[in-house]
Amino acid sequence: MSPTASKSKNPVSPKDRMKIPRQLMPEQPADVRAHNFEEVNLGYSAELAQQEALRCLECAKPTCTDNCPVGIDVKEFVQRIVIGDFLGAAAKIREANVLPAITGRVCPQEDQCEGKCLLSKKVKPLGIGYLERFVADYEQRMGTHIVPNAPPTGKKVAVVGSGPSGLTVAGDLIQKGHRVRVFEALHEIGGVLVYGIPEFRLPKQIVREQIDYMRQMGVEFETDVVVGRTVTINELLEEEGYDAIFIGTGAGLPQFMNIPGEHLNGVYSANEFLTRINLMKAYKFPVYDEPMLDLHGKDVAVIGGGNTALDAIRSALRLGARNAYVLYRRSEAEMPARAEEVHHAQQEGIDFQMLTAPVEFLSDGKGWLTAARCVRMELGEPDASGRRRPVPKTGSEFDLPLSVAVIAIGTTANPIVQSTTPGLDTNKRGYIQASEETQRTTRKGVFAGGDIVTGAATVILAMGAGRRAAKSIHEYLTTGVW
Amino acid sequence: MTESRARRYVTQITAPPLWLRTQSFRRHSSVSLSFGATVFKIIHAQFLAPGIKRFVIEAPRIARKQKPGQFVILRIYEEGERIPVTIENSDPEKGTINIVVQSAGKTTTLLNSLNTGDSILDVVGPLGKPSEIRNYGTAVVVGGGVGTAMAYPTAAALKRAGNRVISIVGARNKELVILEKEMRAVSDALLVTTDDGSYADKGFVTDKLRQLIDNGTRIDLVVAVGPIVMMKAVSELTRKEHIHTVVSLNPIMIDGTGMCGGCRVLIDGKSEFACVDGPEFDGHKVDFGVLVQRNAMYRDSEQKSMEEYKRLQQVQGEGNEMCGATSGARQR
Repeated sequence: MSPTASKSKNPVSPKDRMKIPRQLMPEQPADVRAHNFEEVNLGYSAELAQQEALRCLECAKPTCTDNCPVGIDVKEFVQRIVIGDFLGAAAKIREANVLPAITGRVCPQEDQCEGKCLLSKKVKPLGIGYLERFVADYEQRMGTHIVPNAPPTGKKVAVVGSGPSGLTVAGDLIQKGHRVRVFEALHEIGGVLVYGIPEFRLPKQIVREQIDYMRQMGVEFETDVVVGRTVTINELLEEEGYDAIFIGTGAGLPQFMNIPGEHLNGVYSANEFLTRINLMKAYKFPVYDEPMLDLHGKDVAVIGGGNTALDAIRSALRLGARNAYVLYRRSEAEMPARAEEVHHAQQEGIDFQMLTAPVEFLSDGKGWLTAARCVRMELGEPDASGRRRPVPKTGSEFDLPLSVAVIAIGTTANPIVQSTTPGLDTNKRGYIQASEETQRTTRKGVFAGGDIVTGAATVILAMGAGRRAAKSIHEYLTTGVW
Repeated sequence: MTESRARRYVTQITAPPLWLRTQSFRRHSSVSLSFGATVFKIIHAQFLAPGIKRFVIEAPRIARKQKPGQFVILRIYEEGERIPVTIENSDPEKGTINIVVQSAGKTTTLLNSLNTGDSILDVVGPLGKPSEIRNYGTAVVVGGGVGTAMAYPTAAALKRAGNRVISIVGARNKELVILEKEMRAVSDALLVTTDDGSYADKGFVTDKLRQLIDNGTRIDLVVAVGPIVMMKAVSELTRKEHIHTVVSLNPIMIDGTGMCGGCRVLIDGKSEFACVDGPEFDGHKVDFGVLVQRNAMYRDSEQKSMEEYKRLQQVQGEGNEMCGATSGARQR
C-alpha cells in the first residue's frame, strides 16, 4: 500500500501532497440557506478540484476502490482531474457508476472511499465525493456523450422500482445490449431520490438529468405501475415476455412508535412529510395543489437520528418553523446520520435534544397535536445492535409544545410484490431473500437488491447490489443457467 | 432528453384548462420526468347528476386487474395533487375503466370540467384489497351519494356469487340519486331514499335497513359505502343486531401503496393503512371520529385552493370573451 509516483502525472511529490490542505466545499451561508430550498453545497470550481486532486497519494493498492460498493476506480479518475481531463474522469466513473452526480452528493463517503483513504491516517482524507460531484456536474454542463451499447441480445429485462438499485441495474444492462424497462409506482422516476431526499441536498434537476441520460441510452420507463397490483411478476414473466426481473422496491413502509396520540392531526411519518414536500412540491402551495400544514412560526420536532430525520427537520426549518427539534433517544455518537448533515443542521440552528424520547402525543381535545410528552434517557448496557441501550430516567418527564411531529424511526419492507409472487421467499421481517453474491431470489429469473433485501440502508449500498445483480442477470441471460 | 422530444410529450399530456396553461403549466420543465407515463385518455365523460360525473378512461393495465372494492389514485396535471377515486366498473376487453367523481374541492371540480377527448396525466391502480366476495346468504348493499358508484360493483359481484342482494341507495334529493337502474339490475330488491323526500321514500338509508331488520329479514352481511356519517350510522345499527358489516373508508392519501402512512385509520385501537390494509374494514371496529378528524386536516388549504381556482376561472371567463376562439380550443 505504499504510495507510488511511477508514471504519475502529479507534479507534487507524495510527501508534499500531505501538506496541501483539504479544499473546503463552498456552501450557502447557514443563515441564508435555512430559509430556502436551494442546494447547501455549491460544488468545487475547476481550480479547487485540481488542487484537491493533487492530494491523492496514488496508492499501489487503492483501498478507496476496495471500499466502494460499486468499485469506482478512484485513483484513475482523480489522476485525470490532475491533468485537466475532466470528461475523461467522468467517463472513468461512469464505467462503474451510472449516477455520479447523485452519489457525489449523497454517499456517506466517510464510511466508504474516504474512510479508507491513506491520507486520513495523518491528515484529512481526499475529498473523493466532492471530486466525483465536480466531474459529474462538469460533464453535464458540457453535454454528456452516450457510450454506444453492445449489440442487441434480444433479451428483455423488467426492473421493478426506479430508485438507486433499479437505475443501476437498468444502466448496466442496457449497455450489455439487453432491452430494459423500468416500472415505477409513483408518477416520477427516481424512487427515494425524488420523494425522500430534499432539494437542498439533491436538486431534482440533477436526478432528472441523470434519468434523461439513461433514457438516451435506451432505457424505457413506465410510471404509474404498482407491480403486484397493476401487473404481477408472473404476468411480466409469462405474458409480457420478460426474460429476467429485478426487484428493487426499497424499504418503503413507515414505522410508527405505537404510542398514544399518533393519529392526531399534525403527526406525520417522515415518508409522508417528505413526500408532500419533495415529490408533491407542497412547499410551493398554492402553485402546486398538494397541501401541507403551515409551519410558519410553529414548533416542529422530528423523532429519530438518521439522515431522513435530518432531511425532515431541515425542511421544516425552511418552511418557517420557529423551533425545530431533533429528538433522539441515544446520544450524538450513536446518530446514524452523516457527520456532514449533522454539522450542517447544527449550523442552521436545529435544536438537538439528545437522549430524549416522546412517550405520548397530547392534543387540544379537538384532534390537533399540541405537545409531546417526553422522557430523558441514559445509556445502559449495549443491546443487540452493539449500541448502548437507552433507558428512561425516572421522573424526567416533560412536555414539549409542538404543532407538528415527524416520526423518522425507520421503515420496513413493503409487502405488495412479495405477497403477490408465489415462490418468492422472504425472511421473518418480510424482506426478500436474495443471495449476497448474485442477488438471485428463490424464484427462477427473479433477482432482488437494495433495501428490499437488506432493510433500509444507503443509496450507494443499493447501487452496489444493483451492480452485482446486473452482472448476474447478464450471466443468466447469456448462459441460461439458473 | 432533448428539448423537442420533451415538448412533444408536453403536447400529448393532459389538457388542463387554459388558465393553468397560461399560469404555470409551461413554466415547469419538470414535465419531462413524467413522459414515460402512459397518458390516460378520457374516452367518454358524462354527468350522472349535478356535480357527479362518470369518466370512461383508457387504462388497459388497470382494466385487466380491477376487482370490486378497489380504487385508483389520479393526478390531473403536473402541479396537481394525488387523490383517490372510486372505480365504478371496468371493461378488460376495451381496456377502459369507469370512474365516478363528485365535485367537492379544486381537484374534483377541475376533473369534472374535463370532457371526452381530454386526458389525465396519471392514473394508478387498481389499489387496495378487493371486496371479499363469497356466498354469505343475504347481503344488504348500502350506497350513499357518490358512494353508490363503489357499492355497485360489489353488489354485482355478490349477486354473481349467489347471494340474495338487497340494495339501499340514498341521496340528498332526487337529482343526486345515481346508478339506480344499474343497482336495480344486480339486486333482488332495491330500496331508494332521499333526505328531502323529493324522490322515492323520504328518510335515510338506515331507516330502510331498520325496517328490513324489524320485518325479520335475515341479513348475513351489510356493505356500506358513502359519507362517513352514513357508514357510522349503519355500523351502529348493525352492531346491536350482530350483523357483520363492511365499510369502505376514504381517508386522505398520497401514494396509495403503503409508503406514506397518511391514510392510517384506527381499527380496533390499532393503526392500519386504508390503502393497503383496506379500504374495506369491519364497520364495528372503525374509529369514525378519528377518520372525520384526520380528513379535516387540510380544510384551510382546501378552501384556499378552491377560492383561488374560482377567482382564476372568473378571470379566465373574462379573458375568453376578449380573445374568443383561441381560448376555447383545448390542447389535445
